[in-house]
Formats: sequence, C-alpha cells, structure tokens
Amino acid sequence: MDATDNSISHLFETAVSGERRSLGKLLTIIERGGEPADIVAGLAHQKAGNAHVIGITGAPGSGKSTLTGRLIEKITKGGGTPSVLAVDPSSPLTGGAILGDRIRMDDLAGEGSFIRSMATRGHSGGLALAVPAAIQLFDAARYNPVIIETVGVGQVEVDVAGTADTTVVVVTPGMGDAVQANKAGLLEVADIFVVNKSDRPGANDTRRDLDLMLDLGHLSGLEEKTGYRPPIIMANSLEGEGAEAILTAIEDHRNHLSKSGSFETRQKQRTLMEIQNRLELLIGSTSSNALQSEAGEKILTEVLERNISPSEAAKSIASSIIRDLT
Amino acid sequence: MSDPQYRVILAKLGLDGHDRGIKVVARILRDAGMEVIYLGLRQTTASIVAAAEEEDADAIGLSMHNAGHLTLGPKMMEAITAAGLDLPLIIGGIVPDEDAAELEKVGVAAVLGPGASAEEVAAIVRDAISSRE
Amino acid sequence: MGTEENPNLEPQELWQLEYNKARLRDVPFETMSGVPVDPVYGSEPYPGQYPFTRGLYPSMYRSRLWTMRMFAGFGTAEDTNLRFKELLRNGGTGLSTAFDMPTLMGRDSDSEWALGEVGRAGVAVDTLADMEDLFADIDLSSVSTSMTINGPAATIFAMYIAVAEQNRVAPNQLAGTIQNDILKEYQAQKEYIYPPRPSMRIITDMVKYTTAEMPKWHPISISGYHIREAGSTAAQELAFTLANGFAYVEAAIDAGQNVDEFGRRLSFFFNSHSDFFEEIGKFRAARRIWARWMKERYGATDERAMMCRFHTQTAGVSLTAQQPENNIARVGIQALAAALGGTQSLHTDSFDEALALPTEDAARIALRTQQIVAHETGVTNVADPLGGAPYVEWMTDEMERQAEEIFAHLDDLGSGSMLEGTFAGIENGYFVGEIADAAYRFEREVNSGQRIIVGVNDFTEGDNPEDRNLLRIGAETEEYQLKRLQNIKTDRNQDQVDEALTAITETASDPTRNLMPTIIDAVKTYATEEEIANAMEKVFGTYVERAIV
Repeated sequence: MDATDNSISHLFETAVSGERRSLGKLLTIIERGGEPADIVAGLAHQKAGNAHVIGITGAPGSGKSTLTGRLIEKITKGGGTPSVLAVDPSSPLTGGAILGDRIRMDDLAGEGSFIRSMATRGHSGGLALAVPAAIQLFDAARYNPVIIETVGVGQVEVDVAGTADTTVVVVTPGMGDAVQANKAGLLEVADIFVVNKSDRPGANDTRRDLDLMLDLGHLSGLEEKTGYRPPIIMANSLEGEGAEAILTAIEDHRNHLSKSGSFETRQKQRTLMEIQNRLELLIGSTSSNALQSEAGEKILTEVLERNISPSEAAKSIASSIIRDLT
Repeated sequence: MSDPQYRVILAKLGLDGHDRGIKVVARILRDAGMEVIYLGLRQTTASIVAAAEEEDADAIGLSMHNAGHLTLGPKMMEAITAAGLDLPLIIGGIVPDEDAAELEKVGVAAVLGPGASAEEVAAIVRDAISSRE
Repeated sequence: MGTEENPNLEPQELWQLEYNKARLRDVPFETMSGVPVDPVYGSEPYPGQYPFTRGLYPSMYRSRLWTMRMFAGFGTAEDTNLRFKELLRNGGTGLSTAFDMPTLMGRDSDSEWALGEVGRAGVAVDTLADMEDLFADIDLSSVSTSMTINGPAATIFAMYIAVAEQNRVAPNQLAGTIQNDILKEYQAQKEYIYPPRPSMRIITDMVKYTTAEMPKWHPISISGYHIREAGSTAAQELAFTLANGFAYVEAAIDAGQNVDEFGRRLSFFFNSHSDFFEEIGKFRAARRIWARWMKERYGATDERAMMCRFHTQTAGVSLTAQQPENNIARVGIQALAAALGGTQSLHTDSFDEALALPTEDAARIALRTQQIVAHETGVTNVADPLGGAPYVEWMTDEMERQAEEIFAHLDDLGSGSMLEGTFAGIENGYFVGEIADAAYRFEREVNSGQRIIVGVNDFTEGDNPEDRNLLRIGAETEEYQLKRLQNIKTDRNQDQVDEALTAITETASDPTRNLMPTIIDAVKTYATEEEIANAMEKVFGTYVERAIV
C-alpha cells in the first residue's frame, strides 16, 4: 500500500509539474477505480479549483469533435492550455471500445494541449466517479479550460451538464435535430447552442426552431438562469467558422456565472452530487459485502426461518455497517 | 474491480491510405475486450508518441501496405525509444517474411501477416503486452 | 442509334442492321472444333440497344477486343519514359501512368511525409521538369494518356497541358483520361487533400475547361474499384460508384454543362472479384442502371451519354500471400468474369501483389492470363453469351434492386439531390461505415471457417515462402529525385513562383473563376505540386475523416 502511495504521489508531483506521461498514467489509475483512484482524486482535489469546465455534447455525426478541435486550436494559439476528455461508449457485449475522437482534434491541437479518450465501460461506479476525478486532475495539472466531450444525454452515463460550468450543445440542420434536442432534454441543460454545418440547407430553420423553443421554455418557466438566454451560434467546424464566437460566448457565460453568483451555486451542486455518488457507491458496495459475509448469511437464515422480518434484518445490518465505517 | 483493460493505439503512419485491414483489426481487438484508440490516417511518429503518452497506451499497432515498412518501422521504433516509452510496437500489413525478421531485429515486438485469424491477432497483441508487464 | 430512324423494325432487325455496319476482326468466329457460332443469342434488348444490359456495342468483341491496359509507373520520370517508349515501339497507343504516393497526395519528394515512398509505387512528379522527362520524345498528339490521380489531379493535368504546349501540341489535340474521381477518395481510397465541396469545385473547373478546350479528353473516370478493395459488397461497389456518377452529373448540370455533351465523356472503373456470377450480374446491371438514370432522371437524349463504358481490374484484395501461385487461377477467373460482363478494358493483377510490388515476370503472366481469355476460350465470339440464363438474369436484377435501395437512401439524405446525398453520406460516415461493416463481416466468415479461402484457412499444405522472388526498389530513386528537385528550386525564378502561387490563392477564393488557367500558369514557373496544393489549401482547408471503424 505504501509503495503504491509513494508511486502515486510521485506520479502526481511530476504530472503537476508538466510531465504528460505521468498525467496519462494517473488518468488510467482513475479509470480503473478503487483505492488508488481515490488517492489520486484526493490529491487532485487539493490542487484543483481554477479551471473552467466546458461540456460539449451532441449527437454522433454532429461534428462536435471537429468543433472541439477548432476550439482548442484557438485556445492554444492564444497561449492557453486546454485539455479534453473525450468520452465514448464501450461495447456492452465485450467491454471493449473503439475510441476515435482524437482523429479530428489531433491535427488542430497545438503545443500545450492534452487529449484523453475514455470509454464508458459500464462497470461498477463507472464514469460517475472517474469523470469528475479526471477533471480535477487536469485542473490540478493546470490545464484550463477542461473540456468534456460526449454524445448526447441519455446515451452515456455522463451527466455533462452536472459536471460542467458551461454546457455547449451542438446540433445540425435537418432531420428535426432541434426537436430531438428538445426531447432529449438538451434544451434545459444548454448554456450555449451551436448550429454546426451552417452551410447546409435548413440551418436557419434549425436556428429558428431553437429560438422558438427557448421562447416557449421562458413561458413555461423552465428558464431559471436569471437574465441569461442561451445564445445560438452558427458554425461550420470543417471550415473553422464560428469557433471565435463560441469562445466569446463561453467567456460571456462565465462572466454571467460569476456576476449572478450561479458559479458558486453550480459548484456547490456539483460537489454535492459527487459526494452523493461516492456515498451511494460506498454504501452499495459495503452493504453487498455485508450481505455476503458470514454475519450476513446468518441473518438471511434467521429471516428464512421467520425469526426476524426482512426489515429488521436490514436495520440490523445497517447499524453494523455504520459501526464499521465510523 | 474488473480486470485492467488493455489500451492499444492503432494508426497509419505516413501517406498510405489503405485502411481496410487496420479497421478490421480495430474491431477484432474491441471484440476481444480491448480499448482501441484509433488515430486513423496520415500520422507522424511524433503524433503517435504523443497520443501513446496521453492515452497511457499499452501497445502501438501500425498497418503498412506501401512497401514503406523498412523505412517507417525502424523510424517508429526510434521515436518510441527516444521518448522512453516502454511498450510493444506491432506492425501489420504486407510485409515479406525476411523483412519481418529485419523489423523484429530493430525491436518490433511482432509482425502480423495477411490472413492471421482474429484469435491470432488478439493473442499476439495480448502476448506482446503481457510479456512486458 | 436505330429506333428513331427505323420505327417499324423489330429490335432483332435493328441490331442486325447495326451489326452489319460493324467492322469485324479477321478471325474465324467458330468453336475450337470448327462449329460456327452466331454473334449473339437470346432476346432483346440486343447488344448496343438501350439500356445496354447486354453490352454497349452490337458486335462487341468481334470488332474489337477489350484494351489490355497494364498500369505501370516506377522510379523516376526518366525510367518510366523509357518504358513508355518501348510500349509505343511495340505498337501500343495508350500510356497509363501510376504516380508514387507523395505525388498522389500532393506532397513533394522532399516533404517529410515522402520519406521511404519516393518512386516506390509509381513515378515521382514534383515539377513540370519531371513531366517533361516523363513524356520526352513522345508525340502527345498521337497517343492517348491515362493518368491515375485524384486529389492533386488539376496540377498534374496542368503539367501535362504545359508539356504539350512546349512541344507545340494544342490542348484540343490531347486525348486521354484523368481519374479525378474525388468522391470515392472520401469513401474508400482516402487520397484526398481538401474537404469534399472545394474538391468538387476544382473538378467542375476541370470539366468546364476540358469541355471548352479539350474535346478528346475524359475528365473523370468514376471508380468503384477502390470501394470494393476497401471491403464493400458487389452491390455496394455498384451503387456507390454509380451514385458518385450521378453526383458528378448533377454538379456539371448545376455548373451549366449540357448532359449529352458531358455524359459522353464519362467513363467507369470496376473491380472483378471471385464470385463469378455476382460479378457478371454487377457489370450487366451497371450498364442498365446508368442508361436508365441518364435518360429518365437527367434527361439525356444522346445514347452515347447513356453508355456506361468501363475499365476493369481484377481484385487485388482477393490475392493471398499464402501459396501465391494460386492467385494466377483467381486472376484468370476474375478476368473471365470481366470479359463475360462486357468490359471495355482490363488490367489483370500479378500473382505476387499480396507480398510486394509485382516483378516483371509476374506482370507478364498477368497479361498472358487475359490474352488466354481473349484468344483461347472463345468467349469473345458471342456478345453477352450468358444473357438469358435464368440465374444470370436474376443476379442482374438483384444487383439492380440492391443498388436502387441505396440510391433511394442517398436521394433521401440529399432531399432529392444525389449530389447532396453523397456529400451527406461522406460527412455522416455512411459510406465508410457500410464498407467497414461489410469488410468485417467477410473477415469473420473467413475466420470462422464458414468461408474458405484456399491456402489460407483450408488446404494450407504446400506453401514455400523461401522460394519467393520479390521486387525490391532501392533508395537511389529517392536520392536522385531529391537532388533534382533541389536543383530546380535553385534555378527557377522565385518571384515568378510566388506571384503565380498568390494568383492561385486568389482564384481559389473566388468561386466564379476557373482555377485551371492559373494552375497552368503556375506549373510553368516550376512551382512544385506541393506548393500549388498549399496555395489552394489556404482557402480550401484540409479534410480529416471521422473515425468510422
């Protein structure tokens, strides 16, 4: 344990001082989960708190990877050090994955950026823990902004909006994309809309649809963002058009967050959610351990012999868990 | 916790655009439970090394169909060594047997010939990785 | 042809009229045993009759065998020039040029990307000087030249025009074909430079230029070969290729070109794989679909604009590294399918291509293979000899049905435009996804033993790897070419080059202007292929495909 501790803190120190390979290895540790991951997350937590976290989401084929590439191109040219966590689903059958988002970013990524692909995997705890920890690790290593790129809500187990300060939703013209976005709940989480592939027929219709839905959203009281209306930006990521405008919109949103005090609210919410996720996982795994233990078996027999009720059994196990944890 | 999952970088180095084989290999490795980071076409040794670092890859796989393997294979090997990366390089594609021997001499972990079965492909990659651990 | 002039004649009589006009080869049209055979059997539509299912010409191979076009190019331009001159001395009239990988990708020999690839899979062309060497002492007004290049096609084409001009041959005397099929690059071969739309602009400029200045030139050869090699099914090869053809037709119509004018100068390039009847059905369906669409959807009235003329190459991907001699049999069967499918020209692969670049011996055997099909088998005596056979007709219909399904999908994607549908299919990964799925399915079938590949997953005894004699290309070509390029860069007038390159960038940013004249001006200053590519890239950007695995 000590050896692991030491090597982790060594990796952490070197990662924070700019060693990319150490950062790569720490991200793997986070992905694998368990005690070592908790140690990394703990170290990162102490140093994090500076980076602006941007979520970029959209359906497969919406061009969000290229768009992300365009953003990091601009950011690095301006001397920034962006990092990207590109999340893609794993195969539910084999747990394997083909992660291809780098392709459209690599060419554009300048010196000083860092891209990491992550598969959803879908095993215990999954990304609910890994993603926030990875963000904090990037943050601790002084990458700013930290961008998380995923396919739309519902398709993977990452709640982008819950993790990001600013959520950018990418839609494309045609095929009722705006309507789909509405159905998928993206309208409610978007801080910025991007209509990508704006040279395609129907781009203006999509823009109008979004505008209309935002109006309706106002009427129904969905909008809690006091005085903030998500801007709709027309972009063409292949040509690189719109990247500047998106960055400006992100900056505007950030200013809005700090002025309105929503920044703290969001951070609080996010932290609360992380604690809750960790708590649930902790309780979940401890209780299943307890159930499988010898004591658990004994209690099960008691219930089966109708000496105690299931409810009494649960309470008894719970109190022994609490004793063990504290 | 589940087993550590192997992460393999697959790329085409240089101008060669034949990507049928590498895409099939990507699926074979995925179906064998590995995570494939697919870099696609027109990569340089520098872009592959950078991706291997950031992705903390366990292996690099290159596919070559343009008779450039004797130039590009050793060049990739040099870049891996220069970066101090300790991971196996596996080359697939059209590589004559005597060239395969040549490549293995400069440190290429394995050469996959045409016609290798899915099981062979996955096993070669897995063995190349586990023999380093 | 026929119908309008002779409305009262039956199709059989019309065919007979046309057949009688045809000049025939001076050989006996009888079996090996001396039994005379008819020029065609079965029923209408006869060969040469719309929709050309049974062949483009009434007498087919009785008049003219398919062209045995062997694609070649290696080393420096001078090496290839010697090979060309030898071909011409031996009575050849067509030159077919293969370029090396850097040239195909718009990169110069001194680019870091070119390392290890210069002169390897074809000839290296960096500047006009290389093109001058390539065609030195060849009368360009009397040969037909085929150039297989796509991404930087306009630049190579401009160099060809400039070399001709130096030799006082005007553009309107030049005959030949440039592949210039950029759509399939995004779908399969991946030798693109710019994104699809700017690439299409360059092609449209070339089409306009050739229509106005070069009546004997074929500005696009629409190629399914690479789509199939990348792993597609036969029907996908057929459908994607013809759909690309429709896209070019729509782009040309949009640019104000006349469909009868333009349609006549299109040609196709297909793969011939090992499933004999499927291939034959595919070739027959290709002619029928193309004719119908050109007539019904695009309003062509000239039958020549409805004809799907095609070149065929045997399937490189079917060749095995194990027991490579077996490949000779595969190529023979594939060549036979192409002949029975009515191809206009044919390249047969060398048996050693799964191992390395072909040796001269292997290339000769490949040529002999198609000569055996042409001269010994008797299949050239009768047009469409399999027409009317229930299985062959069913297969032809089935290929057409599958293709039409794909067309409907693309038409839908493009909201009634095949051009937009094709762009959308490229952007959303439809083509590469379908191809990758088909390739993977095939590999799994081979892997599970469900599909037998002789010498690979069954009948594997008898492979002798040590006996192989493979072609090796040395590093001398690369050194020579680098020195040559260096000298040209030192000798040329840099101000002129810079000015010409600026003019290209300006023209590129104005879609109403034609790029061809500016590119021709630029190659004359000895600006390099890569410099010209970069000058356009400033406006057009580059293309990186989505990862569809």
